[in-house]
Amino acid sequence: MKVKTKNLIENIVHGIFLVLGLVTVASVLMITVYLIVSGIPAIKEIGLPNFLLGKKWASTAAEPSYGILPFILTSVYGTAGAIVLGVPVGFMAAVYLAKMANKRVRTVVVEAVSLLAGIPSVVYGLVGMMVLVPGIRKVFNVPDGASLLAAIIVLAIMILPSIIKVSMTSLEAVPREYEDASLALGATPTETYFRVSVPAAKSGIAAAVVLGVGRAIGEAMAVMMVSGNAPNMPELFQSVRFLTTAVASEMSYSSGLQRQALFSIALVLFLFIMLINATLNFLLKRDKSNG
Amino acid sequence: MDNKNVKAKRRAYGIVMHGLSGLCAALTAALVLFLIAYVLIKGIPNISWEFLSTKPSYLTDSVGILPDILNTLYIVLGTLVWVLPLGVGAAIYLTEYASNHRIVGAIEYAAETLSGIPSIIYGLVGMLFFCNFLGFQTSLQAGAMTLVIMNLPTVMRTTQESLKTVPQSLREGAFGLGAGKWRVIRTVVFPGCVDGIITGCILAVGRILGESAALLFTAGFAHNIYNIFVDGLSGAGATLTVALYVYAKEQGDFEIAFAIAAILMALTVIINLVATLVGKYYQKRRSI
Repeated sequence: MKVKTKNLIENIVHGIFLVLGLVTVASVLMITVYLIVSGIPAIKEIGLPNFLLGKKWASTAAEPSYGILPFILTSVYGTAGAIVLGVPVGFMAAVYLAKMANKRVRTVVVEAVSLLAGIPSVVYGLVGMMVLVPGIRKVFNVPDGASLLAAIIVLAIMILPSIIKVSMTSLEAVPREYEDASLALGATPTETYFRVSVPAAKSGIAAAVVLGVGRAIGEAMAVMMVSGNAPNMPELFQSVRFLTTAVASEMSYSSGLQRQALFSIALVLFLFIMLINATLNFLLKRDKSNG
Repeated sequence: MDNKNVKAKRRAYGIVMHGLSGLCAALTAALVLFLIAYVLIKGIPNISWEFLSTKPSYLTDSVGILPDILNTLYIVLGTLVWVLPLGVGAAIYLTEYASNHRIVGAIEYAAETLSGIPSIIYGLVGMLFFCNFLGFQTSLQAGAMTLVIMNLPTVMRTTQESLKTVPQSLREGAFGLGAGKWRVIRTVVFPGCVDGIITGCILAVGRILGESAALLFTAGFAHNIYNIFVDGLSGAGATLTVALYVYAKEQGDFEIAFAIAAILMALTVIINLVATLVGKYYQKRRSI
């Protein structure tokens, strides 16, 4: 009898933990289902080619048109720009911190990098609004500084911590023997770091870049505050709207087909993110199996 | 001659690459320093006791952020209450119970996916599911539930990491003495993962403080004062970050925005410091 009740309790507890574990799976399923179910109707009504490749977004016009090509291109260009600016700086900083810096410098800078990751995105947006936007207006002599360029700079700064942290982890995991062998063959330390350690850590560094892409493409608030928010085709000094900000800026007053179209934009963004996640998983797995 | 050339080239390569990477690290550090200094210098002069302890009033034309502070606190509490049991439970299931590879794979893949989803999508789905489908309306509760899903992977991962450091021999010892699995988890495993739970908690609080896109459509941006014991979490309200956004972008009131930014910045610094200290404390204790 006693053993039976004990077994019963064990089984119940096991069941409870299983349910708790499956909450994550259920959440992902819920998000996916909701996005697909609420995103499909508008695409059906507008037509997939018109929706994805239409160049004009005028959701509140008398004859509304729902083309999101400007948003897609802006997101792609903005992310690419942030990667071009952020990755070299982040990568070099990671090499310095992982391999060259002395312990004290390293501790301080790593702490600073974590701080950078913790700063709320609206604070980035605020500083961007007050420093970058007027700065761009003055330096490039354009009528309004709220532009793709401002968004790119803010995003580049925001992805720095992800890039530095993940690259550092991967660089630190490079076996000491590789570096010792290179040094013993007469290479200088700097040559060793860049020509032996970096190639050995390349999957991890690639993963860092992909993670940065994911962060940049998903950022909404900071970008909303500095990019001007007009649905133009992307140009460096144009006021532009990203996929994320397209959803955020019209959601509060939208209705009907316009609202459904916003859900469809979120679905497109979600598909981008899933693609990036799959790439990231692939790279991280490869990094693990290499090491 | 040729040899000399190569030597010079190598030296130049060393100096340039070393210099560049040092410069990039310095640039990053300088950026952080600038951000903190700029926000604090612009923000602190606008903070006063009245600013912190009143609510916005059209009568006296004054702005106070007490409601936003309280709402932030409520949302943090409302999120932690749910996310801790869920995240810790999931981690315990994964490390202690799970034997089926497929289920483990599914849970881990789901957690990875969740941590990659942008917050604006959380906000949207939270609005559809919690506000509309479950009928919470735009409320602090709906915002907190959205953040629960968002922070689940964080708490789960930190707990999992610390569970891995509980020595297998302790578990085996307890099993050997005749304890059942649940008892082993309660008495041996759980105390061993407290540091992971605390770290997860701190990280989650940091993320909740900084979150805005997920809360805009779920918790709304009202500036009302609620009493958590009377109203619960059923009212709509802005957290500090959402309030910052509204003041800066919609109302163009930059003095207030910077004051809130300064408070947020200070909180970020404090949270980071606490996280580092807690990490160090437990590392030391473990090595003894």
